[in-house]
Amino acid sequence: MNSIPGRRIIMVSFLIFLLLPIYWLVNMSFKTNTEIVTTMTLWPHQPTLENYKRIFTDESWYSGYINSLTYVLINTVISIAVALPAAYAFSRYRFLGDKHLFFWLLSNRMAPAAVFALPFFNLYSAINLFDTPWAVALAHCIFNVPLAVWILEGFVSGVPREIDETAFLDGYSFPRFFAKILVPLIASGIGVAAFFCFMFSWVELLLARTLTSVNAKPISAIMTRTVSAAGMDWGLLAAAGVLTIIPGALVIWFVRNYIARGFALGRV
Amino acid sequence: MDKTINQKAWFLVLPVFAVVAFSAILPLMTVVNYSMQDTFGNNQFFWNGVGWFKELLDPSTDLGGRFLASLGRNLLFSAIILAIEVPLGIVVALSMPREGWTVAVCLVILALPLLIPWNVVGTIWQIFGRPDIGLLGYTLNSLGIDYNYVSNEFDAWATVIVMDVWHWTSLVALLCYAGLKSIPDAYYQAAQIDGASRWAVFKAIQLPKMNRVLLIAVLLRFMDSFMIYTEPFVVTGGGPGNSTTFVSIELVKIALGQFDLGKAAALSLVYNLIILIVCWVFYTVMTNAGTERPEKKGAA
Repeated sequence: MNSIPGRRIIMVSFLIFLLLPIYWLVNMSFKTNTEIVTTMTLWPHQPTLENYKRIFTDESWYSGYINSLTYVLINTVISIAVALPAAYAFSRYRFLGDKHLFFWLLSNRMAPAAVFALPFFNLYSAINLFDTPWAVALAHCIFNVPLAVWILEGFVSGVPREIDETAFLDGYSFPRFFAKILVPLIASGIGVAAFFCFMFSWVELLLARTLTSVNAKPISAIMTRTVSAAGMDWGLLAAAGVLTIIPGALVIWFVRNYIARGFALGRV
Repeated sequence: MDKTINQKAWFLVLPVFAVVAFSAILPLMTVVNYSMQDTFGNNQFFWNGVGWFKELLDPSTDLGGRFLASLGRNLLFSAIILAIEVPLGIVVALSMPREGWTVAVCLVILALPLLIPWNVVGTIWQIFGRPDIGLLGYTLNSLGIDYNYVSNEFDAWATVIVMDVWHWTSLVALLCYAGLKSIPDAYYQAAQIDGASRWAVFKAIQLPKMNRVLLIAVLLRFMDSFMIYTEPFVVTGGGPGNSTTFVSIELVKIALGQFDLGKAAALSLVYNLIILIVCWVFYTVMTNAGTERPEKKGAA
């Protein structure tokens, strides 16, 4: 009853549409540049691991992955840590200016990164954080913290208020209640929020590129280096691209059972 | 659920306020400051008042012409991708298998494009669409369709739109799927007893249940497409000519390319203001929808 005619065909063709461009990238990453440029082959006829080998042995390449993961992790931790108490406050209490504050937070999630690129550059240069993972991690907070508050607020609201009251009657102090009772109850919500913070910080390029120059350069910025005087190194570019997809794919695999609810931001 | 009034809650919100204010209010003040001044390099600034804003909104000047043209292109782009992604997302959500291992497989593949860095998304489509080495470009050209996104405006637009559909339809689909999952089986059984048609079930049961998530989807998709930068920049670089130069691309060109701080700052403020207004409209609609059906909230 709740299905539509031809749903299998629709689903399969949509999945093929999603996978085909990714397959092409993977396909190219196993080819040599000669094969890429000279022939049109649906799969690598002379498969090579040369492209991957170059990335894993050249420090200027693999350090990009480490830099990216560093600021993504810092950002996720900061976002969740500050968002948790705020989500609780928004869910349980009314206070002066709460609605305005919530809207203001949300509006920052929507602010275009391009607007902030230049002022962030000035700001982080002024406080000597330019070209460190911290600069990027803090800059990404502008859209991840509001998002984390938004998601967690939905999950905290799902916890019945009686649980708080019982805990306080039993003599729990507020921090202890928070750590021992609330956090375990909304563990899946925290997972979902962390997933989203990871996702949006991992995919962002404009701010990450603007706020770094040498030491903290993210992998996505390093990838542009494949354009050289000798022409485009397509195989290397493809291999680097495939490697940026892997962390995301791993994260999705771990949260696959929460994806559906997570994408509704806890408020279906 | 009644909330108690407690002003001490501000202490819980304070960390968030501090972090976001640090990265939002401080930089924004710099932008406001720049927007009123002109610079000739060497950190020398001259007061320009509202000059940039006047120029920005006047299509006969260079700056105004560029801004309004990119704004028009961006609105058109957002309208097209919303018109494609929302219905397609609903259809895909309705086509999800109901149970078994295929559900997990479908969900993982659907979510995959969302976690690819945006410039890699651009790279994927840049390669995929190339007539010489890309499967799509090669196939189209061997079918006799003259397709080249580098030189042809229409092809560039088509590529950017298909890329966005590829990238983001999953988000709409996953949101709708989450909405559909929350419908109890009893609803469908009741509809079956009443002899409701497939269309009637969709209109009376499924669509209302997806209402809220659809609003979130439209809000997120509008906002993100309105500030799209990386993907079209990687694929087309804003070209051919200026045909795919959206507002963010224009802004970065002026700010980081020409270092025209005053112009860029004025553009940023107007840009932000538009976003803020649209965001406010959505927010009001959304909170109102929430109060009408309080049982929907917090069912997590």
